[in-house]
Amino acid sequence: MTKLSTKHLLGIKEITADDINLILNTAESFKEVINRPIKKVPSLRDITIANLFFENSTRTKLSFELAERRLSADVVSFSAAASSVKKGETLIDTVNNILAMKVDLIVMRHPNPGAAVFLSKHVDAKIINAGDGAHEHPTQALLDAFSIKEKLGSIKGKKIAIVGDVLHSRVALSNIFCLQKLGAEVMVCGPTTLIPKYISHLGVKVEHNLRKALEWCDVANMLRIQLERQDIKFFPSLREYTMLYGLNKELLDSLSKKIIIMHPGPINRGVEITSDVADSDQSIILEQVENGVAVRMAVLFLLAGRA
Amino acid sequence: MMKPRIILDSKHFEITVTRLCYQLIEVHNDFSNTVIIGLQPRGIYLAKRIQKKLSEILSKKDIKCGSLDITFYRDDFRQKELVPNATEIDFIIENKNVIMVDDVLFTGRTIRAGLDAMLAFGRPNDVELLVLIDRRLSRHLPIQAKYIGKIIDSIASEKVKVEWKESDGADKVTLING
Repeated sequence: MTKLSTKHLLGIKEITADDINLILNTAESFKEVINRPIKKVPSLRDITIANLFFENSTRTKLSFELAERRLSADVVSFSAAASSVKKGETLIDTVNNILAMKVDLIVMRHPNPGAAVFLSKHVDAKIINAGDGAHEHPTQALLDAFSIKEKLGSIKGKKIAIVGDVLHSRVALSNIFCLQKLGAEVMVCGPTTLIPKYISHLGVKVEHNLRKALEWCDVANMLRIQLERQDIKFFPSLREYTMLYGLNKELLDSLSKKIIIMHPGPINRGVEITSDVADSDQSIILEQVENGVAVRMAVLFLLAGRA
Repeated sequence: MMKPRIILDSKHFEITVTRLCYQLIEVHNDFSNTVIIGLQPRGIYLAKRIQKKLSEILSKKDIKCGSLDITFYRDDFRQKELVPNATEIDFIIENKNVIMVDDVLFTGRTIRAGLDAMLAFGRPNDVELLVLIDRRLSRHLPIQAKYIGKIIDSIASEKVKVEWKESDGADKVTLING
């Protein structure tokens, strides 16, 4: 395998296990590159990339921009707040106008699920989905898989629990697809209101007791409560949520084995995870961020390399 | 198709590598300020072999040898699929004399990319090129090797295949008609 089976990265669901392994292996080379004194390689010097962020983001946007610049691509960035979208322009028009300026590749985050797929059918450029609503966030899943592989050696047969607001989480869905394709067992854990009704059809275990989920798993991926997407009350109070589903040091230390703690960020300290857990030696939250740049470099390199 | 022609068999292979080592010692003495860098993927076998031989001849264990991957620096990216390999250079090359090692010198494009890639690790004092096989009639760029195992005259459609004990079972160089 030296080539991705796809022209776009729209979601993990559409790509194969071979694609994922190719991306993770390539990312290893890029991790070495970004730890050099000179962190830049000239691979994409003739490529122009547009980052279209129709939804707020710090980490993903910065991570993509750094990855693009370290591959020597030319980068234009755009955020919806300061654009003609506010004046009523449609998504296709916005993107076609950007493409008219000779852009080769588009990285897009959008609040609507399916926005990336829609775009890939209507414009002539390679598209990378940087998060579409509560649907998929493929590069996050890839960097999570990379981080788990780096820490545990392999993913096959490992047990990963995804804890928290699974209902509103694109990270959860992409992670489930990615980890299952790599042969891991996945469990979701959270209050019934935040677990999608039919999620067990994806082949994941469902657990409503945090301690049981943590005793079962090798890795716990703690999701943020996405209050901005919750138009109704899904639980009585944040305090109650924290009491039942927040991970604190006492709970972590009382487990029979040492598990790895992940979080896709941004962390709500004291809600889904306490500070002493986030900063503990079992947490790989900052490694995830570092690996994010390497994994995104790999995705950009492999997609741009496709004729 | 014509029968592949053997250019170096395992005996001459050994003799050639030994000669290259003595040529290096003539110039670099005890290798105190010299490092070896093999180009991925196939140059690293020769680099490791030379490092090992030099250690034997000089009774010196700390001859530095790294491997450099040039995938991200190639000028034919997007014309063919490229798979990156590991770069492992755990020493500083700033102000060092660098011996860049590859198995076959053909168009010179790999070496060009290698020179670019090396700059990410510092500014060497001096860079020399060592190759096992020099296909001298096929150059696209003004690049020459200083240390050469064997020069051969071949046309572009022919292929030079270098096999290594470590990966292919025996040391051998053959010329194959394309």
